[in-house]
Amino acid sequence: MQKAIYQSVFNNKVLFTFILLILLLAPLFLSDFRLNLLGKFLAFAILAIGLDLLWGYTGVLSLGHGIFFGLGAYCMAMYLKLEATGGKLPDFMTWSGMQELPLIWLPFQYPIVAIILGILLPAAIAFLLGYLTFRNRINGVYFTILSQALVLVVVTLFIGQQNITGGTSGVTNFETFFGFHVNSSSTQTVIYLITVVVLASVFLGCRKLVKGRLGNVLVGVRDGENRMRFLGYNPSNYKTFVYTLSGGLAGLAGMLFVLQVGIISPTMIGIIPSIEMVLWVALGGRGTLIGPVIGAVFVNAAKTGFSESYPEYWTYFLGALFVIVVVFLPKGLMGLVEMIQERRRKVDVKQSGIKESNIKESSSVEVEKNYS
Amino acid sequence: MTQIILTLFNGLSLGSILLLIALGLAITFGLMNVINMAHGELIMIGAYVTYVMQNLFLNYAPQQYFDLYFILSIPIALLIAAGVGMILEFSLIRFLYRRPLDSLLATWGVGLMLQQLARSIFGAPNVGVQSPSFLNGGLEVGTLLFPYSRLFIIGLSIVCLVSIYYYFYRTSSGRRVRAVMQNRQMAECLGVSTRKVDLITFAIGSGFAGVAGCALTLLGAIGPTIGTNYIIDAFMVVVVGGVGALFGAVAGALGIGFFNTVFEYVTNASLGKVLIFLLIIAFLQWRPSGLVTSRSRSLD
Amino acid sequence: MRKKTHYFLLLIVGLVFSMLVACSAADNAANATDPEEDETETETEETTETEETSSEDEDTIKVGILHSLSGTMAISETSVRDSELLAIKEINENGGVLGKQLEPIIEDGASDWPTFAEKAKKLLQQDEVATIFGGWTSASRKAMLPVVEENNGLLWYPVQYEGMEASPNIFYTGAAPNQQIVPAVSWLLENRGTKFFLLGSDYVFPRTANAAIKAQLEAEGGELLAEEYTPLGHTDYNTIIAKIKSEQPEVIFNTLNGDSNVAFFKQLSDAGITSDDITVLSVSVAEEEIKGIGADVIEGHLTSWNYYQTTDTPENEEFVANYKAEYGDDAVTADPIEAGYFGVYLWAKAVEAAGTTDVDAVKEAAKGIEFDAPGGPVKIDGDNQHVYKTVRIGEVRSDGQIDELWNSGEPLKPDPYLEGYDWASELSEALSQ
Repeated sequence: MQKAIYQSVFNNKVLFTFILLILLLAPLFLSDFRLNLLGKFLAFAILAIGLDLLWGYTGVLSLGHGIFFGLGAYCMAMYLKLEATGGKLPDFMTWSGMQELPLIWLPFQYPIVAIILGILLPAAIAFLLGYLTFRNRINGVYFTILSQALVLVVVTLFIGQQNITGGTSGVTNFETFFGFHVNSSSTQTVIYLITVVVLASVFLGCRKLVKGRLGNVLVGVRDGENRMRFLGYNPSNYKTFVYTLSGGLAGLAGMLFVLQVGIISPTMIGIIPSIEMVLWVALGGRGTLIGPVIGAVFVNAAKTGFSESYPEYWTYFLGALFVIVVVFLPKGLMGLVEMIQERRRKVDVKQSGIKESNIKESSSVEVEKNYS
Repeated sequence: MTQIILTLFNGLSLGSILLLIALGLAITFGLMNVINMAHGELIMIGAYVTYVMQNLFLNYAPQQYFDLYFILSIPIALLIAAGVGMILEFSLIRFLYRRPLDSLLATWGVGLMLQQLARSIFGAPNVGVQSPSFLNGGLEVGTLLFPYSRLFIIGLSIVCLVSIYYYFYRTSSGRRVRAVMQNRQMAECLGVSTRKVDLITFAIGSGFAGVAGCALTLLGAIGPTIGTNYIIDAFMVVVVGGVGALFGAVAGALGIGFFNTVFEYVTNASLGKVLIFLLIIAFLQWRPSGLVTSRSRSLD
Repeated sequence: MRKKTHYFLLLIVGLVFSMLVACSAADNAANATDPEEDETETETEETTETEETSSEDEDTIKVGILHSLSGTMAISETSVRDSELLAIKEINENGGVLGKQLEPIIEDGASDWPTFAEKAKKLLQQDEVATIFGGWTSASRKAMLPVVEENNGLLWYPVQYEGMEASPNIFYTGAAPNQQIVPAVSWLLENRGTKFFLLGSDYVFPRTANAAIKAQLEAEGGELLAEEYTPLGHTDYNTIIAKIKSEQPEVIFNTLNGDSNVAFFKQLSDAGITSDDITVLSVSVAEEEIKGIGADVIEGHLTSWNYYQTTDTPENEEFVANYKAEYGDDAVTADPIEAGYFGVYLWAKAVEAAGTTDVDAVKEAAKGIEFDAPGGPVKIDGDNQHVYKTVRIGEVRSDGQIDELWNSGEPLKPDPYLEGYDWASELSEALSQ
C-alpha cells in the first residue's frame, strides 16, 4: 500500500513536469561551473535509478557498480581521446612503448559505435556475471562482498594495463565531441540538457517497468525468493535481467559523466565511489525510484558544498551522513516524507472522525521489507 | 628446493597475516552476521596504540626496557580496540542486527570518521614504529633465512586462534555465545542475556582486530588508511572459509596466502592479485557458501 | 488526498531548491568579501577574461591551494600544503605581492583525480584565483592540465615526475628526469655496481622512469636483471624480496610510491638484506617518508633529490627554522615541501616583475626569474617552464636525516623530454612526432 501512495503522488504529472522544467531552465540561472556540477550529479542519478532497481526492488546489493560506470565512461573516453589525438597514438601509449593502436581501441574511432558499446559492454558483462553468480545461488551478503572483490580486480587490471588504459592517470585531455569543442560553454549546456532528457526518460521507463507485473515479481524476489521459486518463477533470471539493465544504465551514466567532467580514471570506479553510489540510493529511499535521484543530487551537492567550505572536516560529515541515514532513516528521505504524510493523515482522521476504510487498510498493512 | 621451501614459508607467512586480520572478522561477520566495514579502522587503532606505546616508552621508560613496549601493546591494543568495538556495538550495531547490508553501510561511515579522527590526532603522514630488537634478524637454516618478525606473526596468530577456540568451545561464556548464534530465541528462553552476549562477542571480534593492527606495525606503514589496505582481503578470507566456522577461516587464509604467493612469484604482483581474486570468484561458483558450511534446514 | 499531494509537492520543491542553494552556498562562504559575486556568476562567458581585472580590483589576491587532504595521498600532500601556506604567510608579512595580501583558498583533491579536475575548475572559474599551487601524483597533474589550459590558468606543480610534458600553463618546480633519475643512474653505475633491479609501483611515473632507465643502462654499460611492479598500496614484499635474493643485484632502483615503501624497507631489513649487501636508491623517499618507514630499517640506503633538510645554505637554515616554528619541532622538511615553498616565491617574483597577475604577462615575466631557494639557487627555464636545480644524492642517517654524498655542483638545465641524451632519442622522437 505504501507503493500506492507514491504512485498517487507521482502520477501527478504536474510535479514531474515542474521538476523537469526547473532542471531544463537551470542553464539560465546557474553559472557554467555549477551547471556542470549539476549535470554530473544528474548523470549519477541515472546510475542511482539503475541501482535502485537492483537493490530497492530486487533486494540485491551490488558494491560493484563502479565497474559498469567505469566501462561506459572508458568507452566514451576512448572515443574522445582518439578524436583529440586525430588518429595518432594517445600520449600514454607512446610512453609505454606501443607502436600502434591496440585492437580494443579500434572500434572506438566511431562515436556511434562508442556510444552503443558504452551501454552494451557493461550490460553484457553484468549479464555474464549475474548469470554465473545468481544461477549458483550466490545471494545476499556473499554477492555483495563478491562484487566488491570484483571492483578490486578490475581496478588492479586497469591500473596494470597502463599501455591500454592509461593506468592510474586514466584518460583525459579531450577536445571535440562530434566536432564540437567539448569544453565550450554552449556544448556543455547541450550535454547538460541531454543528460536531463536522458534522466527523465530513464526515470519514466523504469517507473513503467516497476509498475507493471515485472515490478511485482521483483519485489516478490526481494521479499521471499524461495516462495517465488515455489510459485514457478525463476528468481535468477529476473535478478540477472535487472542486474544487466542496471549495468547498462550505469554505463550510460558513465558516458555522460566523462562528457561533463572530462576525465575518467580508476579512482572513479574503485571501492569508495562504488559504496558512495549505494549511499545515494539509501539516502534517497530504496524502492522509490525518485528517492535515489534526489539522493544522488543531494549527497553530491552536500559533498561538494562541505568539501569547499570545510576541506579538512568534510569526511566527518560524509561519514555521519552514512550513519544517520542508515540507522535513523532506513527508508531514506522518501521515508521521511512518508512519515510526515502518515502523521498528517492520522490527524486528519482524528479531526474528521470519519473512518475511511481504504486509509485504515493502508496503515494497518505493514509489510516488513526484507532488504537483505 | 630452497625456492620451494621459501615459497611455502612466504605463503604460510602471508596466510598467517591474513588469518590474524580475518579472525576478528570471522567472529563479527561469521558468528554475528554483522558486516563491519570499520574492521579496518579497528586494525588502525591497534597500530596507533602500538605507536603511542612506543612513544611513551621512548620518553618515560629506561632504555633497556624499550623492547617491552611491543609485548605490552598487544594486550593494550586488544583492550582498547575491544572498548571501541563495545561503544560501536552499543551505539550503532545493535540497531542493525536484522539488516546486515545496512550494517555494512553504517560501519563504512564510522570507518570514514575514524580515519579522519586519526588524521586529526596523529596527522596525515605515516608514523614510524621501530621494531623491538628481539625481532630483528632471522632464523638461519642452511642458506635460508626466516625473519623473526614473520615467525612471531605466525606464532601470534596461532596463539590467537587457540585462545579463541578455547573461549568458544571450552568456557561456559563461549558456549552461551554459540548458543545465541545458533538459536537466539531458544537461548533467550533458557535465560541467556542475548544483549550481553552480543556486546561481548562484538568486543572480542574488535579486540582481535586491534591485535592484528599491533602485528602489522612490524610489516608496513602506519597511517590513517592502513585499514583500507586489508579489509577486502579479510572479507575474502571469511567468505572463502565459510561463514561461522573458525576452521574455515584458517583454511581460507592459508589457501589465499599460499596461492597468492605462488601467483605473484610466477607472474607479477598486479597480475597475482587479479588471479587470486578470479580464483576466489571461480571457487565460490563451485562452493557458494565457502569451504566449511554449516548445514541448516531453514529456508527464508 | 489533495492536501497531501500539495504537502509533498512543497517538500520536493523545497528539496530541489535546497540543493541549488547548497550548490551556491559554498561560493558565498568563500567569497564573503564580495557581495556582487552572485551577479558575476551568471556572466559565465566573461569569467576567464575578467579573471585578472576582478582580482586586481580587490585588496587581496586570491591563490588556490589544491592538494589531497583526505584519502591515501593525504600522507604526502598535507605537508606541501603546509609549506605553501608558510610561504604565503611570509610573503604577506613582508607586504604581500604588488602591495596586496595573498588570500589562500584551500581545496581538497581527496586523492581522486576527477575531483582534482573539478576543484581546479572551481578555483579558476568560481574563485577566479590568480594561480593554483597543487598536485602531487602525475595523475592529479594530468587531470588538472586540460582544466588550466582551457581556462588559461596557472598551476605550480611541486613534485619530481617522469617528464615528457611541458604545458604552457604549468610550472614544474620539482625535478625533471634529468635532474634526478638520470644522474642517479650514472652515479650508481660509477660507484655502486652495474647489476640493476628495478622496482616500482604500478603506475605512470615508475613505468615511464624505468623505460628511460633501461635505455640508459644499455647505453652506459649497466645490466638489467629484472623489473618488478606492485600495485599501489601493496603491503607484502616477501615474494619480491625472494626474487631479489635469487637475482642478486648490486643496486635496486626504487620507484615505489607511498605506503609501499614502508612495507618494502621493513621487510627487506627483516630478510637480512642491509645497505652493505645491496644499495637501494629511492626517488620517492624523502625525510617525511623516512619518519614513517623508521630510520633504523632504511639507514645507509640512498636517495636522489634536489634538496635535503641538511642542505647547507643560509636560506635553508632560515626555512627549516621557520617551518619548525610553524608546524612543531617534530616536523621535517623535504624536497617536495621545499619545491612547493619556493614555487610560491617564484610566482610572487614573476607577478612583481610583470606588475599584474595576468597569466600571460606572468608567464612572460617568469622566464629566467631566479630565486635563492633553500636548496640552492633556482631559475625558471623559459623554454619548458621547468626549473634549473642542483642534483643531490644522499645517504640516510640513523636519525632519519640525509647526508649528501654527491651533488652536481651547479643547477642543471631541465630537460623533460631527455633531448640531450642520445640513448633517449627513441623515446623523445616518439613523443615529438
